[in-house]
Amino acid sequence: MARLDSDFCGIRSPNPFWLASAPPTDKAYNVERAFEAGWGGVVWKTLAEAGPPVVNVSGPRYGALLAVDRSLIGFNNIELITDRELESNLAEIAAVKRRWPDRAVLVSVMVPCREESWKAILPRVEDTGCDGIELNFGCPHGMSERGMGSAVGQVPEYIQMVTGWCKRYTRLPVIVKLTPNVTDIRFPARAAKAGGADAVSLINTVNSIMGVDPDTLRMSPDVGGKGTHGGYCGPAVRPIALHMVAEIARDPETAGLPICGIGGIGSWRDALEFIALGAGSVQVCTAAMVFGFKIVQEMVSGLAAYLDAKGLASVEALRGRALASVTEWRYLDLNRISKAVIHQDLCIQCGRCHIACEDTAHQAITAQRDGRRYFEVKEEECVGCNLCVNVCPVPGCITLRELAPGEIDRRTGQAVSGTALDWTQHPNNPLRSGA
Amino acid sequence: MSEPHRADIRPGRLAPQTYAAHFADHVAPLTGAQALLEANRCLYCFDAPCMQACPTHIDVPSFIRRIAEGNARGAAESILESNPLGGSCARDCPTEVLCEQVCVRNTQQGQPVAIGRLQRFAVDALMASAEPHIFTRAPASGRRVAVIGAGPAGLACAHALAREGHEVALFDAKPKAGGLNEYGVAAYKVAGGFAQREVEWLLAIGGITLHSGWRLASAAQLEALRREYDAVFLGVGLGSTHLLGVPGEALEGVVDAVQFIGALRQAQDLGTLPVGRRVLVIGGGMTAIDAGVQSKLLGADSVTIAYRRGPQHMRASRHEQELALTQGVGILHWLAPVEVLGEGGSARAVRFARQRLEGERLVPTGEEIVLETDMVLKAIGQRLDERVLAECGLALREGRIAADASGRTSIANVWAGGDCIAGGQDLTVEAVADGLRAARAIGRQLRGERRRPEQ
Repeated sequence: MARLDSDFCGIRSPNPFWLASAPPTDKAYNVERAFEAGWGGVVWKTLAEAGPPVVNVSGPRYGALLAVDRSLIGFNNIELITDRELESNLAEIAAVKRRWPDRAVLVSVMVPCREESWKAILPRVEDTGCDGIELNFGCPHGMSERGMGSAVGQVPEYIQMVTGWCKRYTRLPVIVKLTPNVTDIRFPARAAKAGGADAVSLINTVNSIMGVDPDTLRMSPDVGGKGTHGGYCGPAVRPIALHMVAEIARDPETAGLPICGIGGIGSWRDALEFIALGAGSVQVCTAAMVFGFKIVQEMVSGLAAYLDAKGLASVEALRGRALASVTEWRYLDLNRISKAVIHQDLCIQCGRCHIACEDTAHQAITAQRDGRRYFEVKEEECVGCNLCVNVCPVPGCITLRELAPGEIDRRTGQAVSGTALDWTQHPNNPLRSGA
Repeated sequence: MSEPHRADIRPGRLAPQTYAAHFADHVAPLTGAQALLEANRCLYCFDAPCMQACPTHIDVPSFIRRIAEGNARGAAESILESNPLGGSCARDCPTEVLCEQVCVRNTQQGQPVAIGRLQRFAVDALMASAEPHIFTRAPASGRRVAVIGAGPAGLACAHALAREGHEVALFDAKPKAGGLNEYGVAAYKVAGGFAQREVEWLLAIGGITLHSGWRLASAAQLEALRREYDAVFLGVGLGSTHLLGVPGEALEGVVDAVQFIGALRQAQDLGTLPVGRRVLVIGGGMTAIDAGVQSKLLGADSVTIAYRRGPQHMRASRHEQELALTQGVGILHWLAPVEVLGEGGSARAVRFARQRLEGERLVPTGEEIVLETDMVLKAIGQRLDERVLAECGLALREGRIAADASGRTSIANVWAGGDCIAGGQDLTVEAVADGLRAARAIGRQLRGERRRPEQ
């Protein structure tokens, strides 16, 4: 049986599934229920400095992008950080950690960009007995207007500066949570590392407006007739998060920096993808908010079964295994030739492949043969673009076949080369090496 | 000594409140949520097979996608543009042998998209809306067309011609327009008075004058119409039914199934309709199924359909046969009636000769059985009332009016369509297609000529 226990920059947990800093981790009641359900750890909902707590709207805080069956595709929120007293939170964190010593309890913190603010709060947090600090440099709504959250995460110099303060005022591991609302995620990650961060976690939520109500012509959700952008999360952001995790994992400047993967994880398969692209642990929020805490049991079961099936002894053995497959476009082999193949025994004759290819791609799929409805790839036109595979409603009905070296590509009339040729070497590239 | 036979035929076999439940919508309308889910099963096929399978070529992928996008009105517009009787076709089309039979979801999921029910959803939504009239009439053309028969073919033809600005006189022998939708289709398929709501919607286009209670009974009438109007369309349906042609057919309790259904459709109170305790239906088409099922719904203890050939030969679709069976109607095959046996002037049993196929030919096996009954419903097919039409000089083919691909008959300026012409399977949707096709041809002719040619 594979081991799921996790050691993430010195923080131990029985499995790599943590609840992200968010509404589900706002108070002891929820966190207790999460641990009872089996979560490996939690990041307590972001604490602010002592004083009057923030005030949340008491109207719609959440909006959703739903599929037609009302399964959730994307989710957004405008909830701020904890609106409970600092003292209550600290007392609850301490009590929960005492009751659950084997679970990871991290605390998210967001205070103004003043050294004394961090100096004041960090020892208080450390006193709870928690396992680590997560710096909330990610929230894109509300707090960013007050110079915190993503307003910090978008300026690498601030990230480095604040991370440095934190490392000075606490002995706990410091994880910097990054905002995806930047052009190149590597710069904030490098800044976190330069500031001494023990790890980064990403992604926080994406700036978003969920929609416009066609009747009222107001953005939605709205609070008394006005809305504001919220933070987008859920399955729809997962590809964005995976890319950012892989970018940091591949960046030589941040090599070895532990990464906690976040963004649309709702199943063991989603977690697998983050781990295979370099994440050492993962955080979940939206899926728990949709299905409740019990869902962690399905994730644990699935990941363990997968590791066993693959003969991998631990989560650590999976980490980064897909990274070598990620590269720049210029290193893709331009000599590889694929052609779509329509498996007629599975074809249901809907013709979506034909019309997609005919209207928007390469006119490489027939609609008829001998006057009869028949969909077949014209290899002399097919560039192997994969559009038909993606629009076909039947899994496995259309696949790509890679031509063997020496085989004639009927589109070009040329034999397929057995050697790789990428853009850096391509004769059409005026800047190719040695040109 | 046994009791003398007394046929048990009487009304009011059920508690009064039971009738409404029995004759409510047999297929429940889709709710908004169901329609949305079902609409999203449609793959928006290229050159969609369903659209090809529909005699009126409704653009099924388009209308379903509009439902999926929350635009039921646009969906109805797309449907009615191709088929102005899309509401009744959605209810009584045998979709399982038309659009839904060729739906690609059959192959993938063993279950087609519920095209008929979605079509009903869209059209019903339009009809229930504050402004259900989406079509406007072109400026008056000054041309006049007589349409004989206000069934699906005649209504479709009249509506299309009226939209073009022509003036239409619509004649029908019955008190109400609607044809078989009003008088023939099983009540639970067009529940809630839909047939008349549809007629009202169609006539609201304007330019159509309905003359009910007018029957084409002589060649002189047709001649007069040809003189008075620029064109004539015949959508007279099939006015007669076949006879069993066996002894005892005139006994009391032997009833024409078409008349039985017509009376049922027009009954204000279904509790007043007499029905036998034991009912025998003779025939194998839709009328047999409709008569059998409705007898059962009226409270008959036992209903048996007897058909002279096998299940695969029945004109009623497999779906309809299954419907009958699930309603508790038995179906016996390979039985041809030989004699209706009576007592005291009433039918008490039917003697059947068992049949088998010898090559293509049906031959008796020599075995006979007698089935006791209180009521015999004859449903062995309808036929054209040929006499008047032949007198009019119309060429006939296969016992029906001969018409070309546009519906043109052998008489100048006379078109025909629907069940009364040769070819087709006597479906409502085919009748609509015929009516529309003839309207297009008539329209072309009316636009192409300045005045009616002298005869």
